Amino acid sequence: MTTSQGVQAGSGSGAVLEVEDLTVEFPTEDGVVRAVRGVGYRLERGESLGIVGESGSGKSVTALAVMGLLPATARVRGSVRFEGTELLGLSDARLSDLRGSGIAMIFQDPMTSLNPVYTVGYQIAETLLRHNPGLGGRAARERSVDLLGTVGIPSPQRRVDSYPHELSGGMRQRVVIAIAMANDPDVIIADEPTTALDVTVQAQILDALETARSETGAALVLITHDLGVVAGHTDRVAVMYAGRIVETGSVEDIFYTPRMPYTLGLLGSLPRMDRDEERLTPITGSPPSLLHLPPGCPFAPRCPMRQDVCDHDEPPLRTTAHDGHLSACHFAERLVDTGAGEIFDAVGADAEALARFADTESEDSV
Amino acid sequence: MSVPQPPPPLPGHGGTGAPVLQVRDLVKHFPVMSRGVVRRRVGDVHAVCGASFDLHENETLGLVGESGSGKTTIARTLLNLESATSGQVRYQGRELTELSRRQMRPLRRELQIVFQDPYASLDPRISVHEIVAEPLRIHGRYGPGAGDEVRELLRLVGLNPEHGNRFAHEFSGGQRQRIGIARALALRPKVIVLDEPVSALDVSIQAGVLNLLMDLQSELGLSFLFVAHDLSVMRHVAQRVAVMYLGRLVEIAPARTLFARPAHPYTQALVSAIPLPDPRKERARRRVTVQGDVPSPIRPPSGCRFRTRCPKFADELTESERVSCVEQVPELIDRGGGNPVACHYAESVELL
Repeated sequence: MTTSQGVQAGSGSGAVLEVEDLTVEFPTEDGVVRAVRGVGYRLERGESLGIVGESGSGKSVTALAVMGLLPATARVRGSVRFEGTELLGLSDARLSDLRGSGIAMIFQDPMTSLNPVYTVGYQIAETLLRHNPGLGGRAARERSVDLLGTVGIPSPQRRVDSYPHELSGGMRQRVVIAIAMANDPDVIIADEPTTALDVTVQAQILDALETARSETGAALVLITHDLGVVAGHTDRVAVMYAGRIVETGSVEDIFYTPRMPYTLGLLGSLPRMDRDEERLTPITGSPPSLLHLPPGCPFAPRCPMRQDVCDHDEPPLRTTAHDGHLSACHFAERLVDTGAGEIFDAVGADAEALARFADTESEDSV
Repeated sequence: MSVPQPPPPLPGHGGTGAPVLQVRDLVKHFPVMSRGVVRRRVGDVHAVCGASFDLHENETLGLVGESGSGKTTIARTLLNLESATSGQVRYQGRELTELSRRQMRPLRRELQIVFQDPYASLDPRISVHEIVAEPLRIHGRYGPGAGDEVRELLRLVGLNPEHGNRFAHEFSGGQRQRIGIARALALRPKVIVLDEPVSALDVSIQAGVLNLLMDLQSELGLSFLFVAHDLSVMRHVAQRVAVMYLGRLVEIAPARTLFARPAHPYTQALVSAIPLPDPRKERARRRVTVQGDVPSPIRPPSGCRFRTRCPKFADELTESERVSCVEQVPELIDRGGGNPVACHYAESVELL
């Protein structure tokens, strides 16, 4: 069952972006890879939604599908509406009018998303002039300098004529943010914007992103694998696993009362700086291949709460006791007041093998 | 050959038990060559500048820093994988920096390394059994029963011993890192250098590898030098943590102390920058933020290397106080906070 009920945040009509039952499939020689299987979310004006998941969970593909940036071989179905306009099926030319001015995107690697043979000023001006041809070269340049200053680049008058390779990774990502906010978009999709950066620089970039949001009033979709980043910068969270949203709710819902074993497992496997945890509780096994997805809940093979029903029925995203908090688990209620340590084993080394190994060790040294 | 003097002790560095590996004033510079036909040395990358620390028995010492801080260079230089420019690395009374590759070889049994990238550090063309058996063969220990030993090693790190005839590419990232750990354990080392062993892994997988490492360390009495950029991981695995910035150690303290009350402005910035996976705490936190990027290690700033980004230097210090930051390299000594800090104006702050 792959119907999506979507992520509803109240029933206000102010949604800027509505994604409904989005599926993306890639036909390959080995079969069809079902990268996204019925994802839905709804983004209110000015709101920020975090999408978390591990590598291969489909979070980036979802974003690319929204932007219409997937290769032509990809089969995209469902619905993506931006301010009421259906985007799927729109021509590339029509989408180009929207990209940057309506929805802007920030990619993970700032080196590959900037063109190495043009100055950063040229690239910002290019975006500005694409949507405002009447702006004029000089005004575009001035605006570029302003934007560089806004995102925290020191001496922007000088930096505007730099090439991307002359800037550090953090500076480049600031340039990308400047480009994203240049046309005052309504939605900014940031796909792992800080993953390639050092932590102190990450903090600066997240600040720059916050600045960009407050300047433009844009809604934000923040895609990341880092639960800490989500905790500090988003209002709502959607957790993805094997191409679906498996849990969604406010940040508080997700972090304090998770109702999906996968979310609980993720939180339990995070070492934390602010407390002494005795043991971490890893999730054993690895995510399923999206090529031959078995029936049932995709998390079942790794789930310590698995029952027979999990192997043949894929649970839909259902409302939990708390409004706006949805979980795709048959046994969501069992997670009430349950810690990760009660569900997951804190497995480490094989205890018997370790004891034997330690024994032979002492024999050796005798 | 004269018996080398034991290196001077490091007051305040903490740690219990006998030191296994003693590092004093370790320096590693990499030459920067000019372009063109005649390549001349035009400068040096100051990767590690005078690092001193001890690694004790049955201890995990964490070494954190951002990219370019020199933490990996330290790890490699310790094991003589890079030759030190100057300084000492003492292991069981022997000076490692003076040893030739050949003299070093028997010691490699006791000093092992696990690399960051589990994809690049395993030979794709030999079976996993052979990968783990390779150290045994090289050191002439692959006798009868060694096959069982390899299977036992695979079991120990949580792999199915029947998968020994598979190849590295058939395993996931976490499993590959376990293979790397099994290989490092094969010769029953005393010291293992772990160079970012979990940073390439997803969190749910990372936790299992961390648990494994901690079990091995405590049960086998190993000494780990754990190099990582992730402070939360450090807090979890390490007993003591040393923080590096641009080739120098700036603070060393027991893990708990370092996070509870960091004294160096850089440590404070690092602790502030790590997001907490707890929305209420994360939004209510006090932060120390830094400006700009790490300067080039080819021409590091004079005096304190952190001063160009230091919030204290920029906002709190008076013109006359700044003089020592610019002119004097701050030594890594206890400045009243209980642990060594390399800052003239160190001050413990609670951030969590």
